[in-house]
Amino acid sequence: MDLAIVWFCVIALFWAGYLFLEGFDFGVGMLLPVLGRDNTERRVMINTIGPVWDGNEVWVIVAGGAMFAAFPAWYAGLFSSAYLPLLVVLLALIGRGVAFEYRGKVDTERWRRTWDRVIVLGSWLPPLGIGLIISTTVLGLPLDADGNRVGSAFEAVRWDTLLGAVAIVGFSIVHGAAFLALKTDGELRHRARRLAVRILPVALAPLLALVVLVQVREGEAWTVAPVVVVFLAAAVAWWRLAKGREGQAFASLGVAIVGAAVALFGALYPDVLPSTGDPANSLTVSNASSSPYTLQVMTWVAAFGAPAVLVYQGWTYWVFRKRISTHHIPKVHVPR
Amino acid sequence: MEVLELARWQFGITTVYHFLMVPLTIGLSILVAGMQTAWVRTGNERYLKMTKFWGKLLLVNFAMGVVTGIVQEFQFGMNWSAYSRFVGDVFGAPLAMEGLVAFFVESTFLGLWIFGWDRLSKRVHLACVWAFSLATVASAYFILAANSWMQHPVGVEFVDGKPTMNSIWAVLTNNTALAAIPHTIAGTFSVAAAFLVGIAAWRLWRKRKEADEDRKVWRSSLKLGTWVGVVAFGVLAITGDMQGKLMFEQQPMKMAAAEALCHTEKPASFSILAVGDVANADCESVKTFTVPALLSFLAHNDFSTEVKGVEDLVGQYQEQYGTNYPDDPALGELAGKPIDYVPNLPVTYWGFRTMIGFGALSAGIGVLALWLTRRDRIPNTKWFPRMTLLGIALPFIANSAGWIFTEMGRQPFVVVPNPTGVDGVWMFTAQAVSNVTTGEVWTSLISLTLLYAVLGVVEVFLMVKYVRGGIEGVMPPKKPDRDDGGDEGKSDDDALAFAY
Repeated sequence: MDLAIVWFCVIALFWAGYLFLEGFDFGVGMLLPVLGRDNTERRVMINTIGPVWDGNEVWVIVAGGAMFAAFPAWYAGLFSSAYLPLLVVLLALIGRGVAFEYRGKVDTERWRRTWDRVIVLGSWLPPLGIGLIISTTVLGLPLDADGNRVGSAFEAVRWDTLLGAVAIVGFSIVHGAAFLALKTDGELRHRARRLAVRILPVALAPLLALVVLVQVREGEAWTVAPVVVVFLAAAVAWWRLAKGREGQAFASLGVAIVGAAVALFGALYPDVLPSTGDPANSLTVSNASSSPYTLQVMTWVAAFGAPAVLVYQGWTYWVFRKRISTHHIPKVHVPR
Repeated sequence: MEVLELARWQFGITTVYHFLMVPLTIGLSILVAGMQTAWVRTGNERYLKMTKFWGKLLLVNFAMGVVTGIVQEFQFGMNWSAYSRFVGDVFGAPLAMEGLVAFFVESTFLGLWIFGWDRLSKRVHLACVWAFSLATVASAYFILAANSWMQHPVGVEFVDGKPTMNSIWAVLTNNTALAAIPHTIAGTFSVAAAFLVGIAAWRLWRKRKEADEDRKVWRSSLKLGTWVGVVAFGVLAITGDMQGKLMFEQQPMKMAAAEALCHTEKPASFSILAVGDVANADCESVKTFTVPALLSFLAHNDFSTEVKGVEDLVGQYQEQYGTNYPDDPALGELAGKPIDYVPNLPVTYWGFRTMIGFGALSAGIGVLALWLTRRDRIPNTKWFPRMTLLGIALPFIANSAGWIFTEMGRQPFVVVPNPTGVDGVWMFTAQAVSNVTTGEVWTSLISLTLLYAVLGVVEVFLMVKYVRGGIEGVMPPKKPDRDDGGDEGKSDDDALAFAY
């Protein structure tokens, strides 16, 4: 089998893993002011993702690194084309990461409120930008013969890529609410579940619209299947949430986002970054890929590395499997 | 300014800034892992206190290293897309490996370490800090292999106008990398060492007149810092010398630029300091204080070796790599213009000297501090903490100066031609930039710099706060019925040992 195709699939999976994992921790950050009514509740929320958010974030770094190694022209073309959206993502991720670590290090309301704002902003903006970038690579933009963007700095910002941006934001909120319902206890848990049930249809609508749009525009016969999976999984998630089965609902949302990634990247194949101008300039799995030797090396590394990652990240979730509630939160202890 | 200059400034600012956090993270994480090992093995409370205190400062710093690192991963695609396309086949591999092998381990096990004090057994928890700290070293290895490939491309052939990897082994065992890695790792230890010495000395001095139950914590930290600093400096000197000899073979222009050596000399003398304008390539206006024949020895282990000067090398480079840039509109103002093969001499000359001088001074301060505190003494003078606290800055500056030297010293190339390598495998920095607007790069340059500046202030503020807080600030008052870190008598309703 052609290793370039394998790597296209691997990269799609890295993105799916990223959207699944950081999707919920973005959601937790987005909902901080909505669900967290006092500082202790907000600390409960932050601590549900405390041990894992950084590991989740590495998925985007590895997705980017894998694109660089396996499809340099894709990496170069996409990230220079979607320059400003990516910059917003980076700035937001910088603030957000620091905010988690620094928020509890000074014991004043003002300090916490400031970092809470950074967490909220840093959790809304990245899914917006990531959604826009992923839909840009799926829907394409005008390229010249060198694989560079033709047009202005805002070429990647259109109604259809904005739909993609909203799709990932909407998914992240619901996913985060379901995660909080699964990982917290008491009042917060019920509030999170009720919110998830209430907003799910609206919040997932853009994602459903996106997969349908992409299916209509560039889909293959087989990609109808993952599109159907997304709809079914969304429906199941809603139903299980309404029944109070948080774990099943969370898993269904996971199926929905992985299904969406399969649908989007499946429709994209064999392109990696289609040119909406001259189709001859499209970057494809074959013209953007690295040499067979490089792909072979990377395949070996991924064949051992990726399963190991799943094992030890899975272990982390096991170690921190207990629900957290307000009485678990220790008193603030910082230097005077 | 054009995209080229802006992108270079951005790369310089973001990378130097990132590399303020990284060395402290690498060096300190290993030392903290060592402290925790000592605690687990001896059960001595002093080592637990050391682990908690230095570990907290490590975390304050680590967060900044992580977030500034994300920029590095995407910056190549954003600002340097022509470079990324040209070298991606070989350069992308170590970057992806760094993510897959190192970053995942680093981030996951750090989370386990921070939050796992009461959830993991002592030994498993200790294994987590080791996994985390060794992963930081692994990440340094991969990124230095990538950087060394730009200094000395190996393991490739030239196919369809692009370097194509034919040996990952050659890339990962590049002799340039094998010299750069111990040098850089030793540099990280000298940062961590000065950090320990500076802060521990200040803590000792502050409570010099009162009973301080934690005095032993600071004495041990000071001693550890000094010895680590001395050993690190030894490794830096040896590996630096190895790098110099490789540079003489692989990047003769960088060697000449390090010395601002205008004319070929045989034997060549090593310049210690210069008075006058070293940028002036005719050397007439410069008076330097030199050690005869030392440069020859540094270059080739022989006091009579000829070392080529900038003037001769320019001719040689022009012959091999052309006199003018291609007449390509993508090169902007530089299209068709003559190529300037001489790096920025004041930067390379003074960068090289700053690196060596500040590195040595930092190790010296450590030794002096240890001597001044010998046999339970604590100097009464204000100069003692001032000196050691200022000493913290020295290895940071030395590291930055070394990197600025090595990166500016390879200009105008982004991928330096390998004199014994495959023809065609080199690239001018001017050819490497993205086809983006200056507005985009201005936006990112300004926004990143401002954000970094603000966060830098916050980091230093928190560091100072925790240093002032001492041991009490990092260890919550113990519950009477439970020993710290133990699992006995724990119920599900207990508060977490650590929470954000």
